[in-house]
Amino acid sequence: MGLTVTTFVVVSVIKIVIALVVLLTAVAYTTWLERKLVGHIQNRWGPKRVGPFGLLQPLADGLKFIFKEDLTPPHVYKPLYIAAPILSLALALTSISLVPIGNWVTLRGIDTPLEITDVNIGLLIILGITSLGVYGIALAGWSSNSKYSLLGGLRASAQMVSYEIALGLSLVGVLIMSGSLNLREIVDMQGGHMWAWIPRWNIFRGQFIAFFVYLAAAFAETNRVPFDLPEAESELVAGYHTEYSSMKFAMFFMAEYANMITVASIATLLFLGGWHGPVFGPWWLVAILPVFWFALKVFGFIFLYIWVRGTLPRFRYDQLMAFGWKFLFPLAVANVLVTSFIVALQK
Amino acid sequence: MLHLVLFFVFGTVAVAAAGNLLAQRHPINSALSLIVVMASLAGLFLLMGAEFLAAIQVIVYAGAIMVLFVFVIMLLNAGEEERTAGSRVAKRLGFPAVVLLAGLLAWTLLTRNQHPAPVELSGRFVGSPVAIAQLIFRDFLLPFEVTSVLILVAIMGAVVLASPAGTTAGPGSPEQPPAKREE
Repeated sequence: MGLTVTTFVVVSVIKIVIALVVLLTAVAYTTWLERKLVGHIQNRWGPKRVGPFGLLQPLADGLKFIFKEDLTPPHVYKPLYIAAPILSLALALTSISLVPIGNWVTLRGIDTPLEITDVNIGLLIILGITSLGVYGIALAGWSSNSKYSLLGGLRASAQMVSYEIALGLSLVGVLIMSGSLNLREIVDMQGGHMWAWIPRWNIFRGQFIAFFVYLAAAFAETNRVPFDLPEAESELVAGYHTEYSSMKFAMFFMAEYANMITVASIATLLFLGGWHGPVFGPWWLVAILPVFWFALKVFGFIFLYIWVRGTLPRFRYDQLMAFGWKFLFPLAVANVLVTSFIVALQK
Repeated sequence: MLHLVLFFVFGTVAVAAAGNLLAQRHPINSALSLIVVMASLAGLFLLMGAEFLAAIQVIVYAGAIMVLFVFVIMLLNAGEEERTAGSRVAKRLGFPAVVLLAGLLAWTLLTRNQHPAPVELSGRFVGSPVAIAQLIFRDFLLPFEVTSVLILVAIMGAVVLASPAGTTAGPGSPEQPPAKREE
């Protein structure tokens, strides 16, 4: 390692604080971006009163959530009712700790990766943490003791378990090509160019179908339009979080947006070349540009999320299940077969 | 040293959650305790250097199978467990049996712990994905495939048992009433 225990702890704590602050700010401003963009798509202005361009709106929202009355309905099963939003948010924030956003850096003689911790099987652990995220939603729906919540929770668990399979399989093609589960190694495989100018990102190296499957499954995993059946407001009031108010509701809200950022980061790392991009200029630009490219790609993905929300109608529930099992799943399996066949031929 | 401390932390959590599983009377609390047991087992696997196994333990057992358990409990809206005469008998016979089994296991492990060598809590990762893949897909390919066929048979059996009598012939059979709507 070359690090003493004290430096290791200090560096880790600093990185955790930075990651949390950046992530929570990103979450806050994703909500701003969403309201602004959807507003413009629907020919409205979106938030514009609080601060310039409504930029202070997330702050005002946060204050509102804190000062609102925290109402607990009388018939809920209290331990789980309280634990569910905490579980959702905690898992959503944990998974970001394994996402690398850039190369190793050396500051004052201390080498450290630009992520909280570098794990051999980082991708699997992120998948494991996100697969636990369904409990927050399912338990919220069940413990609220209300039919709309229960229906929302049931829909969410069925949907997330179904689409997790397509999501996992869509990543297998990339894993076969890179031969590693370490996110850093997967990104390193994608450096450089083919035929002088096309970047060697996995999406350009035959994983286009996998990227499409991942995109669709990721929308379903994060309960976003067009797969937001668990909280379909026209039929279920608000789905699993119907009975939640004030900060507990805000925790579900933050968890949803943090999950969006996580799946966007994974898409960037696995398909879009991570932090690779043109790097030039003086040393400080060289240091910052990779992180900038990473952030730009994640931003593009989130922009697409919001764009789709402003464009597409919601699926019907049987259509949702049929799409997941009869279309995405076979497509992902076919992609795994073809990819492994080609990789085996090349060896 | 740290590994030993972590071993006792995860071990205590696993045993405590397993006890809670039995003590709780509501099925959803028991299911959640089982998830905690599985998560701490994943921690123990990680301590023994089986990182892949630990991740799969969480993804498959805690993240998929137990979700279905919780799903079914929610769907049936299962109430609190009832205590019957049978459960009293189970308690009288069960606890001595558990003590006996645990004693037997402990005695066996303590008297003949040299073959095979006891597991090292080194934190070195020995069970890499590559090693496991070579075991499953090369050395034990046939047993692996036979197991998958076995699971397929079990799934088909479940479908046959779950579908009401007369509908097992499939949606196209003539004697069946017209299909209501595709589910």
